[in-house]
Amino acid sequence: MAKLIRNGRVEDDARIVVTLNEGDTPEAVALPAGALLVPLAVWQARRDELAGRDVGVWLAGDEDPAALADDLASLPVVGVHFPAFTDGRGSSIAVLLRSRYGYSGEVRAIGDVLRDQFNYYTRCGINALQPAEGRYTGAQLEAAVASLTDFSLPYQASVQDPEPLFRRVARAA
Amino acid sequence: MYRYDEYDQRLVDERVAQFADQTRRYLAGELTEDEYRPLRLQNGLYTQRYAPMLRVAVPYGLLASRQLRMLAHIARTYDRGYGHLTTRQNMQFNWPEIKDVPEILAQLATVEMHAIQTSGNCIRNITSDPFAGVAGDEIIDPRPWCEVLRQWSTFHPEFAFLPRKFKFAVNGAEHDRAVIQAHDIGLDLKRDAAGNVGFRVLVGGGLGRTPIIGEEIAAFVPWQHIVSYCEAILRVYNRFGRRDNKYKARIKILVKAMGVDAFREQVETEWAHFKDGPLTLSEAEVARVAAHFVDPAYEALPAEDAGYQALLRENKAFAAWAKRNVRAHKQPGYAIVTLSTKHKDVAPGDITAEQMDHAADWADRYSFGELRVTHEQNLVLADVQQSDLFSLWSEARDAGLASPNIGLLTDIIACPGGDFCALANAKSIPIANAIQQRFDDLDYLYEIGDIEINISGCMNACGHHHVGHIGVLGVDKNGEEWYQVTIGGSQGNDTSLGKVIGPSFAAADMPDVISKLIETYLAERLEDDERFIETVRRVGIEPFKANVYGAREAQRKVANG
Repeated sequence: MAKLIRNGRVEDDARIVVTLNEGDTPEAVALPAGALLVPLAVWQARRDELAGRDVGVWLAGDEDPAALADDLASLPVVGVHFPAFTDGRGSSIAVLLRSRYGYSGEVRAIGDVLRDQFNYYTRCGINALQPAEGRYTGAQLEAAVASLTDFSLPYQASVQDPEPLFRRVARAA
Repeated sequence: MYRYDEYDQRLVDERVAQFADQTRRYLAGELTEDEYRPLRLQNGLYTQRYAPMLRVAVPYGLLASRQLRMLAHIARTYDRGYGHLTTRQNMQFNWPEIKDVPEILAQLATVEMHAIQTSGNCIRNITSDPFAGVAGDEIIDPRPWCEVLRQWSTFHPEFAFLPRKFKFAVNGAEHDRAVIQAHDIGLDLKRDAAGNVGFRVLVGGGLGRTPIIGEEIAAFVPWQHIVSYCEAILRVYNRFGRRDNKYKARIKILVKAMGVDAFREQVETEWAHFKDGPLTLSEAEVARVAAHFVDPAYEALPAEDAGYQALLRENKAFAAWAKRNVRAHKQPGYAIVTLSTKHKDVAPGDITAEQMDHAADWADRYSFGELRVTHEQNLVLADVQQSDLFSLWSEARDAGLASPNIGLLTDIIACPGGDFCALANAKSIPIANAIQQRFDDLDYLYEIGDIEINISGCMNACGHHHVGHIGVLGVDKNGEEWYQVTIGGSQGNDTSLGKVIGPSFAAADMPDVISKLIETYLAERLEDDERFIETVRRVGIEPFKANVYGAREAQRKVANG
């Protein structure tokens, strides 16, 4: 079972992340039993088949969250995939899911997810952080929770702090 | 200048702690080299040819004397006794050890300094006019706006991993001294017909491998909306900028690919969603920041100091320095002084710890405790009384910071080049020094007049060679160092990119090449006051080319390309 950090706590999570490997097609890729997090293409191709199941959808960096706009109300989880931690597109996708489309369910970072980005990701509205399997030991993941609060009072408005610092606190001249 | 409040200080302290832990995990093997690299870069730490390099941020070039003393201390304690002023108005150290960097950052934090976002694919140190607040041609002081944007861009959670680095420059004067046309975003402060403050916004400019002059994306963004407007630009870039090829990842490539009109439309669509939201700047916040940039307590002085005028008449060397290194100040009786780091025996921009301490002392005694770093890699004392100029000059001369060459041929901009930088194809510093050595006759330099020579050791263009009146670019040919020469580039309001004059040259030939270019200019110029760049624009590159290559025909090798 995968471990992730959800709302600031390490938790076990049984949801299976479906990926399309070489040779897989969205139409034919195997969908195991249990809770799933499927690629957008699978969701779009097999929506009827997935109806009634516990399923979330993940977006790749080049996918538009607008594609899920009509489905968000019924999705328990939306994944944001980081192909590399240096690829910041997922941060904008998370911001759009929360601020533009008003999504209030779980936004989960998957892929190359490292503790050094936890603070930024959280501020962009990502509330579940799922590092690649084996990247961190249990103890390291527990220690990584501290990174969520690397910056306690950031300057910017963000999903987490809807107002910029100058509106949140009184700053003396 | 801006002073931290508890919130600024806490963020910098938290950054120090974060990076110390990251470095600890790296050294313990918990972070891989690839995972640590972007983190250290966003803390200004590069690995160079021989040693790590630490680039310390000097936000929009403003330094307090106590900060410069700290930099001197760091140079002495952790480096080899000197630092290097960069073309982004920062200071970098070439010889620190990685293990010492967390401690260096902790010490910098005690004087409100850091190395945050001085490298990496994020929003870099914002640059501006080194004469902000004191220049006579200033329309609006850019410093408060630089600070507002510094805060917005520091640890921005959404824009920490952009496709590529992102550079802002802000100008508030009639004459652009911040090269805003060669930045990812160039901001030009202005007033509309009703007198409201706002920004003309340029986007997609930049030097590097593909030099492009920025295009106007907005003619006037009211000040309240400048942060949200920039946020919209950055979001479009973050989502759609190319990430498959780092040489095509800058925003300029996206703007060119889409066309500025389509790009603008996308930005405006994005902006419309949050334009009047919480990102809107408040009058109170701008006033809070601007209060840090009010004029110092100037004395009421006559416009011209009689003693200063007398000394100018009496002392030829002082007068020569004053002519080039002293500029008019908006305040009667005051002057703006540029301390030159340019000298034939020193790398352009290099400054020793002792010189830093001296300059800090002069700042305290003569200039309200503040200095500025220029993108031409010199230091500025912005508020000096005319009656103090002679003393300052005498001391600066003793300290080796009074070369009377600002804006002259020997005031060369050069990147660290192959002597230090792992990216460089060729050395820059020895070329600069050889040219400075060749042109060591002051009278001749004065006859040549205003000219800018910019040298980059590779196409990343840290030495801004594209916008030099004469640009020199180091290139690698089968493992040998060669130099490609351009002429006709310029910075400022009429920014232009230089044109290549022909096949490149060996290092040893560079002083001759510059001599030929200068001879051509002196022969072609209409009057004594036609500057080099104006002559090039009027007659084109052909006469220069003919003189340089014609003279070389009998000589041995001219490489192809």
